[in-house]
Formats: sequence, structure tokens, C-alpha cells
Amino acid sequence: MNTDTHATAAGQHHHDNQSHGTLSTYMLGFVLSVVLTAIPFWLVMSGALPSKQITALVIMAFAVVQIVVHMIYFLHMNTTSENGWSMMALIFTIVMVVIALSGSLWVMNHLNANMMPIHEMSGMK
Amino acid sequence: MSPDLLKLIFGRLGIESLPLHEPIVVGTFVVVALGGITLLGGLTYFRLWGYLWREWFTTVDHKRIGIMYMILGIVMLLRGFADALMMRGQQMLAFGGSEGYLNAHHYDQVFTAHGVIMIFFVAMPLVTGLMNYVVPLQIGARDVSFPFLNNFSFWMTVGGAVLVMASLFIGEFARTGWLAYPPLSNIGYSPDVGVDYYIWALQVAGVGTTLSGINLICTIVKLRCPGMTMMRMPVFTWTSLCTNVLIVASFPVLTVVLALLSLDRYVGTNFFTNDFGGSPMMYVNLIWIWGHPEVYILVLPAFGIFSEVTSTFSGKRLFGYTSMVYATVVITILSYLVWLHHFFTMGSGASVNSFFGITTMIISIPTGAKMFNWLFTMYRGRIRFELPMMWTIAFMLTFVVGGMTGVLLAVPPADFVLHNSLFLIAHFHNVIIGGVVFGAFAGIGYWFPKAFGFKLDPFWGKLSFWFWVTGFYLAFMPLYVLGLMGVTRRLRVFDDPSLQIWFIIAAIGAGLVFLGIICMLVQFAVSFLRREQLKDVTGDPWDARTLEWATSSPPPAYNFAFTPVVHDNDAWWDMKKRGYQRPLTGFKPIHMPSNTGTGIILAGFATAMGFGLIWYIWWLAAASFIAMLVVGIGHTFNYHRDFDIPADDVIRTEDARTKLLAGAK
Amino acid sequence: MTIAVKPTQTGEPLFYLADEHPHPEGYSTSLGFWIYLMSDCLIFAILFATFGVLGASYAAGPAPKDLFDLSLVAVNTSMLLLSSITYGFAMLTMQQNRIGQTQMWLAITGLFGAAFIGIELTEFAHMIHEGATPQRSAFLSAFFTLVGTHGLHVTCGLIWLVTLMVQVWKFGLIEANRRRLMCLSMFWHFLDVVWIGVFTFVYLLGVLR
Repeated sequence: MNTDTHATAAGQHHHDNQSHGTLSTYMLGFVLSVVLTAIPFWLVMSGALPSKQITALVIMAFAVVQIVVHMIYFLHMNTTSENGWSMMALIFTIVMVVIALSGSLWVMNHLNANMMPIHEMSGMK
Repeated sequence: MSPDLLKLIFGRLGIESLPLHEPIVVGTFVVVALGGITLLGGLTYFRLWGYLWREWFTTVDHKRIGIMYMILGIVMLLRGFADALMMRGQQMLAFGGSEGYLNAHHYDQVFTAHGVIMIFFVAMPLVTGLMNYVVPLQIGARDVSFPFLNNFSFWMTVGGAVLVMASLFIGEFARTGWLAYPPLSNIGYSPDVGVDYYIWALQVAGVGTTLSGINLICTIVKLRCPGMTMMRMPVFTWTSLCTNVLIVASFPVLTVVLALLSLDRYVGTNFFTNDFGGSPMMYVNLIWIWGHPEVYILVLPAFGIFSEVTSTFSGKRLFGYTSMVYATVVITILSYLVWLHHFFTMGSGASVNSFFGITTMIISIPTGAKMFNWLFTMYRGRIRFELPMMWTIAFMLTFVVGGMTGVLLAVPPADFVLHNSLFLIAHFHNVIIGGVVFGAFAGIGYWFPKAFGFKLDPFWGKLSFWFWVTGFYLAFMPLYVLGLMGVTRRLRVFDDPSLQIWFIIAAIGAGLVFLGIICMLVQFAVSFLRREQLKDVTGDPWDARTLEWATSSPPPAYNFAFTPVVHDNDAWWDMKKRGYQRPLTGFKPIHMPSNTGTGIILAGFATAMGFGLIWYIWWLAAASFIAMLVVGIGHTFNYHRDFDIPADDVIRTEDARTKLLAGAK
Repeated sequence: MTIAVKPTQTGEPLFYLADEHPHPEGYSTSLGFWIYLMSDCLIFAILFATFGVLGASYAAGPAPKDLFDLSLVAVNTSMLLLSSITYGFAMLTMQQNRIGQTQMWLAITGLFGAAFIGIELTEFAHMIHEGATPQRSAFLSAFFTLVGTHGLHVTCGLIWLVTLMVQVWKFGLIEANRRRLMCLSMFWHFLDVVWIGVFTFVYLLGVLR
């Protein structure tokens, strides 16, 4: 946990601990996100990869990378802004999102598996 | 007028929507109306409207908003408790062919309203009120981070409460139980306005709660006074921080779930329906992702209050401060990993149930650690049995019982027997009354002199305490027995006459709690009348340890004439020990936010929009929505939202205090 | 604040700040807005969870393959990406105090945003026309709600954008307006991040299924 106090004197410079980005970082972020968007679309639309499962995994990986790119180049996330509180809030939120998403899927899939009559299972893909 | 035109103007609201056929409701309405007319008449007669509007309704002062939250919580406690008495009475009487005095339609509304009101409009306002009042003082701040937002949040909570209260006299409330599970709450089975009242009351109040959570997190993170590192924050501030993190991370879930339910009801989507692929169990799953953290939202601040009270009245530093903080943080995270224990019986299977059973049991470890910390704080302390300390001890005894029955329920096979039984009801009342309600009362007794400058009358307080505690045990221990015998919750009539004696005992217990509430109200009145004898001019009536006691009681609008500097966990204790001298000169103007009526106006429109949506009065909903948009955007064009308290005013206030302190010596 | 904790010259510990500066206006705003975005993130997380659970419940109705036109989604995605970089340009010109260019880039951002909403509404209208209404199946309920909530956020962003343009026009690039533009920038880029999730999990994985 972060143990330093905030400085009242930091008032005059308070926006300096926010990074703003420059033209080059914005452009880099934009180019990266265009590439990272285009490849998954192309993979799915052309069916370039032999198996659907591999395609699914690859495009999910691309999504994760692109989210990170957006966080860094557009949302200017770093570990120092707001004394690290922004980053901590983000990490906490990601943990919560993972718990809620994976937990719900896990719970509801088990429920469906346990509760669905056998003859309907084939239709439940 | 043609029926079409009437429908356009009034939606489905008509003369038949008024529950004139229910004598109990009509009687209540007459009493409430007479009381309301007296109150409004009195306010008008004494010309208090202007004062209330300028000084209270539009205030952005966290102290006044905190007090208003407390008043809301106590008023709603009376309503929620009236529902409790009605249930106890009904269940006591409805034996041997008797139908009791409540019909099913009315009884179902009563138990739903009781749960909703007690959680959302009693426990939440009491907890939020205490946090609002105390946290900025404890961290040496002048106000919260976003004072206008604070005012708006409060009025949104009031808006939700107004909608729930309106349902008593206009139409009806939900008949679904406090979480409104579909498919019962879907339009096919609950076509009336009850569930819509439920949805919009919670949505309106929920917006307020989320915003107030964001506000208090920012306040604690950004506005601590110099020297107050994270590990020097008072424990109540720590628990408040964790509570508000929980609020921000869980109330959005409630918002979404209720929004999906309203889509099902209004638009005809199929999220929680039985057909077209919908899954009612998804609702249960999602609402408990909010619901379980909610329990900790309520109880964590209570833990903080008990920590402050125990160390103050034992005259000792809190034992194991660091472990207390880590226990709180661990509970915060774990509270997200246990939600399925509310529906073990749903059928997710052994692996899922075991996981959630184990995480549930793990939560009792940090909670137990806290219990030992309080005990060790008391050990060898010079304990003063003032009222807050008595509530704390009652809490420790009661909460341990509730916690142990909770661990029993955490075992999935046992839960299959006890699910939805009165054993469960006894368990959660055991922890919520024993934890949250006793905590709120301890907090009220502890900080009342800070807020008003005089202590609460101890005689009536102790009377209320003993009525509450004995009443609680009499009311809920029989429910454990009944639950083990297999009685399920929400029943209206009973066949087995051997059960009746337990319900009679429980009803007597509820009667004693009623006396406890009466004594508490008398206590407020008596304390006000005896305020000269009970006066505290020092600002530190309990010889306490944290920063809020460093300023006067009640504190000036700006809280501290100079921002304090902290060197120790128990900052005020440290200042007293090291011969701190209150500064008498060098006062400067103080920058403060100005009052604004925007919050109450926006919340008023939000409530009107909710009412329009409940009754299908579409023009009202649309007009209120547009009005909200216009007022909200209009507010952003106001760039001058603060002012300076002139140095002369500060000098006058501080000199008055100097005179008072000199007189006290 | 380290200086405050030091003892004064007389050796007495310092218990208050005799000479303090109030926190500047908007001192907590960026953190507060970030925390709001985190709570919004949870709103979307729950909608994604709902889509994840109900997304295969077609109720014998249309499936993603029958409904989604990926090239339209690609065009829509590029609208949002372009609006992101133009908002970035608005922020860069704002830092250089070039008010006219800031306004121009804001306007372009707004146009891209409006185009995004327009295409989305066209897509919705087309689907509803084909009978794939939100009432048809749990899958469609979840689809319309998730994508619609994102669209609603973009719409709110557009209203906010116009308000801010009026405020910049009336009061200039004053500190308060810069702060507001910065908050809207976070909001706008946040919606981008959500859209990455939407096009990947709803559209691309949907068509793959």
C-alpha cells in the first residue's frame, strides 16, 4: 500500500503528474490499434486459420493486446499518476471484472449442465 | 373525458389504485397525513422553510448532509419496524385455522417492504451518514472532494425513499421478497406497479449511493492532512475506504440487473423469462454478486465504529492496528468470492458449491482476528461503560453467535436443509442487528456530542439498550429453533399448533424492541431538553484519540481553522500528550464551496421520472428526463462554485470558542 | 508533505499548518472521474457476462451468422478509431492553446461519433426489420442491450462534446474547461476500449461460433 502523503504544495503543479502524450505517441497508438483491429477482422472474414478454436484464441489475444495499447497510448495509464491510485483502481477493477465474468460463466454453465435434460443437451452448443 | 385521454394523462393511475379497501392502510394514511399536515403547518407557521432551504436542503457541508442522512435513516427505521411488528403479529395469530389480520396480498407487500426499507433506506443511510459526518473530520479535511455531488447523492437517496413510501398509499409495493426474483417479478406474474416501485426506488437511490461512494474514496485518498499516511489513518476511515470501494464495485452490478429486469418488464426482452432462452437463475446469480458485498458495505463501517469506541473507552491504543487494516482489506476482496452461498440449492453442482462454501468459511478468519483485536484492546484497559461501549460489548456477544450460525450455513449440505428457513432469517438478523444496527447506535451515541455539542441522556439510553438487547434475543432465538424444525420464511398461516409458542415469544421480543425504539426517541427529546446539563464545551467529551475531537462541538463550517499536521495513529491523543496549544492568532480567510439547490432539483426530477415510469405516465417521465438534462447541463455553465469565509468570521468563531474553553476550566 | 512533519526551529512539533494553500479547484477530479469509469467498466462487465451466458440461447431464432455483417462492423470500428485519434489531436492542440484547431478537431470527433451511431442504428433497424428483435430470443436481448448500452454511452459523449464546445467557445480554454476536456477524453477512449471487447466477443466470436 502506498504510504506517502499527498503534498498540498503540489497544487500548482497538480496536472504535471498526468501524462498527456505527444503527437508521436498518439500516432503510434493509432497505427498499432488499426493493425490490431484489422488482423482479427481479416482472420475471421477470410477464414485464414484452419481451426475455429485457434482463430478464437488468436483474436482474443489480439483484443487483450489492443486494450493494453489503448490504455497506454490513449488513456495514458502509468504507475505514477495520482500516486499510483489510478493503477491500483484499474488493477482492482480488472480483478473484479474477472471474478464476475468467469464466476458467472462457471456457475451458469455448471447449472445448465446439471439441470438440462439429456435430450436437450445436443441442442445446447 | 375519454378513457384514452385519461390514459394519456394518468397512465394506469386511477382512483382504484388507491388502497381504499385496506382499512389498515387507510388508518395509517390518516395518521401519516395528520402528522404530515401538522409538521408542514408548523414549519410554515414558524417560517422555517427559508431557513431549511438555505441552511439544510441546499447545503454542501458534509456535516449537515451527514445529519440529514441519519434523520432519514431513523425515520425510515420507524416505517421498517412497523412492518416487522405487523409480521410478528400476523405470524403469532395465524394458527388453528385463523387467517390472522393481514390478507396475503398485504402480507406479501409487508415482508418485501420490510427487507427493502431496512437494507436500503435504514442501514445504508445510517452508515453513509456516519461516514459522511466523521471521515472528513478524522482526516483533517474541510469537506469532501465533491461537495455538490454529496448533496445530490443525499437527495437521490431521499428520492428512492419517497418512492417506497408513496407505494404505501398510491398503488402497492412488490410482493416478491426483497430481491424480487424472476420469474415471479416478471410482468407475467407481477403485472401491477409493485415491482416497478421496487425497481425505480432502488435505481434512483442506487445512483446516489454509487456517487457518494466515489466521492468518499476521493476524499480519503486525496484530502488527508499532512502527516496522515495510509497506515496512520484511523480505523474507521480505513473501513470507510474499503466500504466505499465495495460500493463503487458492486452497485453498478445492481444497476445493471435491475435495468435488465425493467427491460424484461417494459420492453418484453427475454433475459430472465422462462421461454425464448431466458434464464431466471442468471438474475439470482447477478443480484448476489451485488448482494453479498452489500452485506460487507453495511458491516465494515460498523467494525470501524467499534474499533474507535473500544480504544477510546478502554483508554488504550487499538490492539493490532496493522492486522485490523489487513483484515479489513482481505474481507473487502473475499466478499466478492462468496456470492453463490446464497443459492447453494440452485444446482450448480458439488465443485461449485465446495468452492464457494470454502471461501465463505475463510471470511470468518479475518473477522475473528478483528474480534480478538477488540478483546485485547479491552484487556487491561480502564474500561468506561458509557453507552457506546455497552453497544460494543452487546455487539461482540451477538455477532459471534451470528457468525457461528453463518459458518454452519456455509456448509453446503447443511444449507440444503436450512435454505430459506427461519434459521437463515435468525442468522442474518443476528449479524445485521447485532453488527450494523448496534454499530450505528454506538456511533450515534459516540459522535452525537460532536455533532450537537451535548451528550445523549444516559438513563433513557440505557433503558433503550436493555430493551433492544433483550428484545432482540427474545425475537430471534425462537426463529433458530423454528428454522431447525423446518419452518420456512415468508409464511402467512400455520397448521401445526406446537409452533405457536415460539412465535408468541418472538412477538414479545419484537414488542420489547419497540419499547427500545420508543426509549431512543424519548432519549433524543430528553437530551435536547436537558442540553444545558449535558453540554460539552471542550469538544472532547470522551477523552478520545482521533482528530475529529480536536475541533469544537459542533465543528465550525470549515472544520479546522488551520489544517492539522499528524504525527501518530492516534493523532489527537498524541497532540494532547505533547502539550498542543490551540492557535489563537494568525487566522486567514478559508476557501469553501457554496450551497446550491441543483442537487435537490435534479433529484426531484429523477423521482418524478421514476413515478412516471412506474405508472406509465410517459409524458411525465419524458418531461422530467428532459428537465434533468437541462438543469444538469445548465449547472455546468456555473463556474463560480465557491467563496471565501472572511478572516473576520473565522476570528469571531474561534474567539467564541476560546471564551467557552476558558469558562470550562 | 515532508516539510510539515519536521519540527519548527524551537524544537516544538508542528501540529498545524499556519500558512496553507487550499487545494486547487478540481484537485480530485481526474481521480474521481477515473473511479467513475471503473464503475462503468463493471456495468459493461456484467452486460458481457450476461451476453456470455445467454449468447447461445437463440430460441430457434436467428444466430449471429445470419445477422452480422462484418464489413459493416469493420467500417463502424474504424469510425470509432478515427474519432479516438482526432480527439487525441484536439487534446494536443489544446495543450498548445490553439483554440480554433481544438474546436475543429472536437467537431470532427463529433462527426465520427455521430457516424458511428448512425451506422449502428442502421444495423439495428435492419435486424429488427428482418424480425431479429430484442424480444425474439435471449441472445438478441443480450446483444441489443450490450451494444445499445455502448451506443447510449457514445450518445452521452456526443451531448457532452457539444456542451463542451459551447463552453470553450464562450469561456475559452480556461483551466476548468481543460479539465473537462481531459475527462471527456478519458470517457471517449474508455468507450473505445469497451468497443474492442464488443467487436471481438460479440461480432467476431459470434460469427465464428
